[in-house]
Amino acid sequence: MLSVKNVNSFYGEVQVLQDVSLEVNKGEVVTIVGANAAGKSTLMSCISRTVQSYNGEIEFDGVRIDKFSPEKIVDLGLIQCPEGRLLFPSLTVRENLELGAFSKRSRATRKERLEYVYDLLPRLKERSNQLAGSLSGGEAQMCAIGRGLMANPVMLMFDEPSLGLAPIVVIEVMELIKNISKEGTTILLVEQNVRQSLKLSDRAYVMENGKIIMEGKGRDLLNSEEIRKAYLGI
Amino acid sequence: MEQVFQVFVSGLLSGGIYALASVGLALIFGIAGLVNFAHGEYLMLAMYFAFWMYGIFSLDPYQSALINLALMAILGYLTYKFIMERVLDSSHSIQMLLTLGLSMVLQNLALMLWKADYRNTRIAMTTSTLDLGPLHLSTARVLAFVVAIAASVALYYFLHKTYTGAAMRAVAQNGKAAQLMGINLKKTYALTFIIGITLVGLAGLLITPIYPAFPTAGAPYGILCFIVVVIGGLSSIPGAIFGGLLIGLIESFAGYFIGPAFQQAAYFLLFILVLIFKPSGLFGKG
Ligand SMILES: Nc1ncnc2c1ncn2[C@@H]1O[C@H](COP(=O)(O)OP(=O)(O)OP(=O)(O)O)[C@@H](O)[C@H]1O
Ligand SMILES: [Mg+2]
Repeated sequence: MLSVKNVNSFYGEVQVLQDVSLEVNKGEVVTIVGANAAGKSTLMSCISRTVQSYNGEIEFDGVRIDKFSPEKIVDLGLIQCPEGRLLFPSLTVRENLELGAFSKRSRATRKERLEYVYDLLPRLKERSNQLAGSLSGGEAQMCAIGRGLMANPVMLMFDEPSLGLAPIVVIEVMELIKNISKEGTTILLVEQNVRQSLKLSDRAYVMENGKIIMEGKGRDLLNSEEIRKAYLGI
Repeated sequence: MEQVFQVFVSGLLSGGIYALASVGLALIFGIAGLVNFAHGEYLMLAMYFAFWMYGIFSLDPYQSALINLALMAILGYLTYKFIMERVLDSSHSIQMLLTLGLSMVLQNLALMLWKADYRNTRIAMTTSTLDLGPLHLSTARVLAFVVAIAASVALYYFLHKTYTGAAMRAVAQNGKAAQLMGINLKKTYALTFIIGITLVGLAGLLITPIYPAFPTAGAPYGILCFIVVVIGGLSSIPGAIFGGLLIGLIESFAGYFIGPAFQQAAYFLLFILVLIFKPSGLFGKG
C-alpha cells in the first residue's frame, strides 16, 4: 500500500532522514518507535508532502507520490493526524470536523461522514458548537482523529496520538485506532508509548538518528532485549 | 446640539468607508500574513476607472461598478501571483519595503498616464441631498455608507458562515494543518488578495462621486487603513469595522471642536495611545 524507498531528507544543510525505507501493506497496523528527534515526524511530513526537501521514492497504491502536492496526497486518501493534533483552535469542533472533508474525495459526502464520526465519537457531537481550543486533551485528540476520519481515509497516519494524555485516555485512543483498523483502514502509527503501540501493531520499525535500525513483528520486538532496555526500562 | 448631531452622522458616514477600505487589509494580513502598504493605491485605481467610465461611456460609478470590481479582482490576483507570492516566507519588513515600492510605482504610473489633475466625477448624486428631519446628508455619502457597512458585514458572514470562509480561517490558524486537510495554501492566499483588493476597490468607486481622483488620492487611505487595522487588532474584521467608524468619528469631532488641521493629529494620537496601552489592538487577542 505504502512504500518508502531510500528517503533522505534535509532541513537546510542538516540531514534528518538517512536512507529510510519501509513498507506498509494493505490492512496492516505498522508502528514506528524511536526516541525524540529521531526523525519520525519528519518522515510523516515527507509522506504528506508538507516537507518537500527530500529525495527518494514514495509510492502509495502503486503511484509515485513524492512529487505530489499535499492536497493531492489527501485526495488519494492518505491522511495524517499530526503530532500535537493541530486543531484549528478558534473554529468550532464541527467546523474542524467538516474541514477534514475538504478534499475532492470526500467533500460531497461531508454530511454522511459527519454523522458517521458523531456516531463513533458521541462526545464530539455534544461539543460540536464549542471552540476546539477549549477541548480537554483527550477530547482534542478524538477531534483530531475524527477530523482525519472525515476524509474517508484509505490509510491513516497517526503521529504520537497519545502524547500528553492521561493513561486511561491513552487506552481509549488505542482502542479507537484498533477499531479504525478493523474497519479496513490501513494504519501507520508513530508512538513513544512503545508497549501499547507494539501490542496493537502487526509490524514495527525502530528509528534512531534518522535511520531505521530494526524491523520486526510487533510482539517480537516487544519481547526483544534491546527494545526492552532502550524503551521500556526493564 | 443639532450641529453636533450632524458632526456625529458625518463622521459615521466617513467611518463606514474607512471600515470597508480597512477590512480588506485586515483580511490580507489576517489570513495570508502579508503586509500590504500599497492597499490605498487600489482605491485610487478604482476611482480613476470609475472616472474614465463616466467620462468616456457616460456610465456613472454605480453603473460601472461590476466591471470595476471585476477588474480589481483581476488586479488583486495578478498582484498576488506575480509579486506577493514571492515574499510569502520573507520577513514583514521585506514585504513592507516591497509594497511601499509597489505603491510608488502605481502612483507614478497614474501620474504618467493621467497627469496630476484632480478628476471630478460629477453625477446627479454628487449634489443631491437627503433631508432627514434636521439632518441634511449627501445622498452619495449615505449610499456609500450603507453599501460599505453591508459589504464589511457580508465579509464577516462569509468568513464565519461558509465552508470556504472556514477554510480561510483554518489557513490563518494553522497552515500545516490546513494543508493536511487538503486545503491549498497558495490558492487561499490568492483568494484572500482578490477579496481584499476588490473590497478596497468598492470603497474607491463609492467615493468617486464625492472626491476627485488623482495619483496620490489613495495614499492617505493607505495610511488610514493601516492605523484602523492596528487599532482594531490587525486581523480582526469586526475590529476593522469598529476602528473605521471610530476614526471617522474622531476625525469629524476633532475637525469641528478643535479645527480641521487637527483631524489627522487626533487619530494619530489614538493610534499611539493604542500602541502604548493595548498594542494588540482593541479587538486583538492577548
Ligand atoms: N522545521 C524544522 N527545521 C529544522 N530542523 C527541524 C525541523 N523540524 C524538525 N527538525 C529537526 O529534525 C530532527 C528530527 O525531528 P522530528 O520532529 O522529525 O523528530 P521526531 O522523531 O518526530 O521527534 P519527537 O519524538 O520529539 O516528535 C530533529 O533534530 C529536529 O530538531
Ligand atoms: Mg515527532
